[in-house]
Amino acid sequence: MSARETFLAEAAKRILITDGAFGTEIQNFKLAEADYAGDLGLSHDQKGNNDILALTKPEVPEAIHRAYFEAGADIAETNTFSANRISQADYGAEHLVREINVASAQLARRMADEFQAKDGRPRFVAGAIGPTNKTLSLSPDVNDPGYREIDWDTLVDVYKEQAAALVEGGADFILIETVFDTLNAKAGIMAVKQLETELGREVPIMLSMTLTDLSGRNLSGHTVEAFWHAVRHAKPVTVGLNCSFGATQLRPHVKVLSEIADTLIMIYPNAGLPNELGAYDEMPDTTAGFVKEWAIAGQVNVLGGCCGSTPAHIAAMAKAVTGVEPRKVPALEPVTRLAGLEPFTMAA
Amino acid sequence: MTATPSSARFVNIGERTNVTGSARFKKLIMAGDYPTAIEVARQQVENGAQVIDVNMDEGLLDAVEAMTTYLKLIAAEPDIARVPIMIDSSKWEVIEAGLKCVSGKPIVNSISMKEGEAQFLEQARKCMAYGAAVVVMAFDETGQADTKQRKIDICTRAYKLLTGIGFPPEDIIFDPNVFAVATGIEEHDRYALDFIEAVKEIREACPHVHFSGGLSNLSFSFRGNETVRRAMHSVFLYYAIPAGLDMAIVNAGQLDVYDQIDPALRDACEDVILMRRPDATERLIELAESFKGKSVAEEKAAEEWRGWDVIKRIEHALVKGMDAYIVEDTEEARAMISERGGRPIEVIEGPLMDGMNVVGDLFGSGKMFLPQVVKSARVMKKAVAHLIPFIEAEKEEGAKAKGRIIMATVKGDVHDIGKNIVGVVLQCNGYEVIDLGVMVPWATILETAQKEDVDIIGLSGLITPSLDEMVTVAEEMQRAEMQIPLLIGGATTSKVHTALRIDPAYEGTVVHVLDASRAVGVASQLLSDTQADGFKQSVAIDYEKVRIAREGKGQSDLLPIAEARANAYAPDFAQKAPAPVQPGLHVYEGWDLADLAGTFDWTPFFRAWELAGTYPSILEDKVVGETARNLFADAKAMLDKIVSEKWLTARGVCAFWPAHREGDDILLEDGTRLPFLRQQFKKSRGRANFCLADFVDTQDDWLGGFAVGIHGIEPHLEHFKAQHDDYSDILLKALADRFAEAFAERLHSHVRTTLWGYAPDEQFTNEALIREEYRGIRPAPGYPACPDHSLKPVLFDLLKAQDNAGIVLTESQAMLPTAAVSGFYFAHPESQYFGVARIGRDQLEDYAGRCGVDLQVAERWLRPNLD
Repeated sequence: MSARETFLAEAAKRILITDGAFGTEIQNFKLAEADYAGDLGLSHDQKGNNDILALTKPEVPEAIHRAYFEAGADIAETNTFSANRISQADYGAEHLVREINVASAQLARRMADEFQAKDGRPRFVAGAIGPTNKTLSLSPDVNDPGYREIDWDTLVDVYKEQAAALVEGGADFILIETVFDTLNAKAGIMAVKQLETELGREVPIMLSMTLTDLSGRNLSGHTVEAFWHAVRHAKPVTVGLNCSFGATQLRPHVKVLSEIADTLIMIYPNAGLPNELGAYDEMPDTTAGFVKEWAIAGQVNVLGGCCGSTPAHIAAMAKAVTGVEPRKVPALEPVTRLAGLEPFTMAA
Repeated sequence: MTATPSSARFVNIGERTNVTGSARFKKLIMAGDYPTAIEVARQQVENGAQVIDVNMDEGLLDAVEAMTTYLKLIAAEPDIARVPIMIDSSKWEVIEAGLKCVSGKPIVNSISMKEGEAQFLEQARKCMAYGAAVVVMAFDETGQADTKQRKIDICTRAYKLLTGIGFPPEDIIFDPNVFAVATGIEEHDRYALDFIEAVKEIREACPHVHFSGGLSNLSFSFRGNETVRRAMHSVFLYYAIPAGLDMAIVNAGQLDVYDQIDPALRDACEDVILMRRPDATERLIELAESFKGKSVAEEKAAEEWRGWDVIKRIEHALVKGMDAYIVEDTEEARAMISERGGRPIEVIEGPLMDGMNVVGDLFGSGKMFLPQVVKSARVMKKAVAHLIPFIEAEKEEGAKAKGRIIMATVKGDVHDIGKNIVGVVLQCNGYEVIDLGVMVPWATILETAQKEDVDIIGLSGLITPSLDEMVTVAEEMQRAEMQIPLLIGGATTSKVHTALRIDPAYEGTVVHVLDASRAVGVASQLLSDTQADGFKQSVAIDYEKVRIAREGKGQSDLLPIAEARANAYAPDFAQKAPAPVQPGLHVYEGWDLADLAGTFDWTPFFRAWELAGTYPSILEDKVVGETARNLFADAKAMLDKIVSEKWLTARGVCAFWPAHREGDDILLEDGTRLPFLRQQFKKSRGRANFCLADFVDTQDDWLGGFAVGIHGIEPHLEHFKAQHDDYSDILLKALADRFAEAFAERLHSHVRTTLWGYAPDEQFTNEALIREEYRGIRPAPGYPACPDHSLKPVLFDLLKAQDNAGIVLTESQAMLPTAAVSGFYFAHPESQYFGVARIGRDQLEDYAGRCGVDLQVAERWLRPNLD
């Protein structure tokens, strides 16, 4: 069976669990600059370059993957949110993009295989691709709304380089996550489509949008429904929401998406909203309680955590949704679904 | 109703942002004046364009550069970028450059087989990878499709190729080429008719596709004569839309309302477009000469009240609902006030509001009735429309309204007569109403509420799924931490549902408003400084009581489904109807309107206007009689016009299928399973627990189905809207509903006497028909005997109702056009109507299994029938 088929088969049985935050977990290791830099001889300060740890301190991401699998996760998301040419250029490490992604994917694959061997339950590796810090839809210059910091073709190449390396390292899926700009996500989809043509095989996509305002739009202004119309051609294995706000604020948007998306729904919210000090203090049982409501309402297939979540959060979620029926994927009418920032449906 | 619904049957594509079609836009782009060029797009969206077509194909322009620059600028304008973009170019490189700049899901316009299959499929694959729908021109290696057969051949070939590579059929839009007619060249005469006929056939052969066309070609021979061009476009659309054309690139300002076209001109255009006579072209050319700069002047009769002073005249016009002089009177009042240094707004705050207060008082005290109030509102709107430019010129604040209220028909629902009536009544009483129209998503409601700082939100809906959507709106208002009151109204809404489902979802006050006459009382109490708290509290207590009462009811009075089935109704099947005389499918493209008009059931018409009583005695009623008579006279006058000028078209379909009962399901010969619900509440001795399936035998029996719809109302409503004429708008909608009901009744009688023919000799008066004294029933999905709306799509598939009667369903299974009726035919003489009412979990689970849907889905459709 292909990874997609195995995944769909598992998702038909139960609600699957993906992992939680990496950044906040890495902070707990209190690493020094030297730990990040290793002996790569890079000219820039590497402190904060979490993704490079796959090369310089692999025991750290390994320990975090292990903790999440022990907490009950079915999916490991690679520690590669910023492992793209654009973000790594800030650390003078853009020439290491392929190595970082290959090593991260291999590491996650090894852990997944180790846990799968133990109990026979399938584990998956999702190669995580962040949005980069450039946007195709918006101008950074308020006086020049037509200006763009990056163009489509460049961004497709950036994504393709990362996706190819993740697949090479053993990722089952490419997870285009934290989509604040729908056009960036469409470039990511194009990159994976091109990669599929080059490899001559399917590379299943997971898509996860992030909302930037409470009315339910992302930064490029798309509503959840418009986003789905814009990316449905990717035929993603999951579509969902991550980061954004806490679970309570996501609730109505989860409901909307679950009703219109004819694929699996994956939601991994932050552990609440940050407090005055920027820390996340929502307790595991609280978060688990919120996501359990979606599970009971039959709105989700995969659950996990984003910023501020810990293995304890993931363990609490896994426990909370054990035995709850997963959402059934609805069949959609063949009507024309278009979108600007808002959805537009043409009756058949 | 200014909001554009988020889904549509006929799509207006804005075409002013096209350098090949707009000289002004071309000039702006050539001059690099992008800020002004962006305003063109904004106007298009504001004027109702649901998609905007951007075209930069101009020889002297770097089209790639212009396209990307323009699209990136549009992306920065949320008011424009909210609608999908149509990237229009004959050059693929321009299209692809555009695709790289457009988020959302755009339409590519266009690709074709002009350069062969390989390139066509290559471009189609790219469109799929970019996530775009696509317009396919009817063009192949040998050229553009000109004849009907070529159009059909090329489109079906393209369809096969595209679906062969996995292109979603619903993302295909065919443009079968609109060419110029009346050119004097004989081969061109068939072009318009060929287009219309080809669309019909391609739609049949290629499921789920759409059709588009550029209209301006059609009238090319009449360049310079706008009257004739507009008439030709309107006539063409009038026939092409029912055939299947569902989008057109056209300047909405260049269309006439079909029935407003001079009849002689309209006939001449129809002769040309439908090729009705060999000399059609010559006749149109001849006639065209006389339409250069013609205007109609009307003589107004002097009347006594015209001699009164202007303030008095305005009040009189408002109370009597007469709009003939209101604009000139308003202008006179404005000039008078302006002369003494006053501002235009004072005309509204003074004489107009005073007049409306008189109307409000008369209505409140039962001396005026709804139809009159709606007429008064029409007068008011016209007066205000006249004043607005003056007010805006002075940049004054708007008139101080008593409160600002949003009115919306919720997502999935299209019914708006009631909502419009409530809106009018509120406006008459000094409230500012923001009408968001029909099919409004909750996000729009909340956004508008916040942006416009409204005081109350009013939701309306007619079909049961709308009840759920109202709960969603309430939940979202809660989530947004809003506090303003929420009013609930519409035919299926109830105090019980409001108390049980909507009120608990929202901490703010939720009030169910029974009818339009209560709306003002509720609104004024909610917004009163002194009464609001007390009123809110009393509503809360009232609803809490409803909830407690319901809790106490418990589940005990329901029978287990097995027991209910054991108590099924058992008709005598020896008496069942014979097989239909004319089995199969019967399509009626245009049932005679005069025939239908003669069989109206008028009582519901008066009820729609909140006039209580039975027709015809209501006309003599001592309280509402006079109002009813006037309303009836207006209705009759409009009815005559509808019939004589063919405003509407009655299209219908019915069919009969061999069927037999299996449990509570009816199985058709083709394997279709129609699950029905059974009454489960405990019946008194001797009464059965009914289920519609009971009326069909377990073998060798028949079932029928039908759908009828009244088409063509839109251009007339547009016209009334432009005239600020709510009265005629509501009147026409209410009459269209009557036509639909009459058609359903008439068709049923035709079925009984002729098609099924089980009662060939029946003779009933119209009154007896209205009392349903005939044999057999025609229950509709969504109504008490068959409460599940989701049977409707099944029925529609069986009837091919969309193709055969032009009726489509919204996501909540509301029918479009709104004036439509559908249902099943049961012929057994003992068939009867009943209400399923409340059902138990056991039946729900069983039913979900029989339908093959999730429990949740079944639960959603049947919520009104659960606990």
